[in-house]
Amino acid sequence: MSRVVLVTGGSRGIGLACARRFQAAGDRVAITYRTAPPADFGGRAGTHPLFGVPCDVTEPQAVEAAFSSIEAEIGHVEVLVCSAGVTDDGLLLRMGEVRWARVIETDLTACYRTTKRALGPMLKARSGRIILISSVVAYLGNAGQANYAAAKAGQIGFARSVAREVASRAVTVNVVAPGMVATDMLAALSADQIAALSSRVPLGRIAEPDEIAAAVSFLASPEAAYVTGAVLAVDGGLGMGH
Amino acid sequence: MSDDATFEKFKQCAVDVLQVPEDRVVPEASFTDDLNADSLDLVEFVMALEEAFAITVDETELDGVETVGQAYELVVSKL
Repeated sequence: MSRVVLVTGGSRGIGLACARRFQAAGDRVAITYRTAPPADFGGRAGTHPLFGVPCDVTEPQAVEAAFSSIEAEIGHVEVLVCSAGVTDDGLLLRMGEVRWARVIETDLTACYRTTKRALGPMLKARSGRIILISSVVAYLGNAGQANYAAAKAGQIGFARSVAREVASRAVTVNVVAPGMVATDMLAALSADQIAALSSRVPLGRIAEPDEIAAAVSFLASPEAAYVTGAVLAVDGGLGMGH
Repeated sequence: MSDDATFEKFKQCAVDVLQVPEDRVVPEASFTDDLNADSLDLVEFVMALEEAFAITVDETELDGVETVGQAYELVVSKL
């Protein structure tokens, strides 16, 4: 059964991997992106091409316009994956207001904005799936990422609160907490840094984006109808015990 | 639209969203006490009214709206 899926930050990394999974399953997938569209919108072998909407999720009007555009083109969003995210690292003592606010706006406040906008039709339909991409650093913390970790932890409190609000309408809200994943975000680190970090992961490696997408796909599926307010760690064991 | 037609349309939204019989939608009815509506029901009801009457209701305008009559007055004030 084909569903309407929106993946924010869906032009690369974890977001794109999620979009591809849903696309391959026959869903009609819209993606928002800020920097650049994906190289390939797909749509071969009986699948629907991705519907790309340029959108800066930190701008309320842009989010509203994106949703209107998506609704006109493919219909009301039934599955929302909040994957748009940035990092802007630095030690707290050297972290200015702009650097702090930028990450909170993109990684947390945008989740508020897109979730709020997507919920109306989901409540009316008495069904829906909202999945937020958080991070293992939400509960482990990470030196140099006070802003990022704060936003990622914030997503958990946010998701669980909303999950409680809308559960009576069979809308589930869940969080996937990846560890280290082979994306542009990780590529900002040196090879040595990445090797050092990988050695701390029980499974001894970093993840492919599709391994995170697999967890998202499960949470979005009808089989996950009894899962809400959950934080699904896909981190190779890095955050075990938290 | 006449007053009667407006109230009929308003009442229909209440029946559809709050799942209550039409005869219970009277001005004195309290949403929480008489119509068994929880806070999410009310949010959905307001969204349905916004759509049906092409109006916008700001979050702050709902303070103190507890009865069917008060909600109806709010809608009429925006037409």
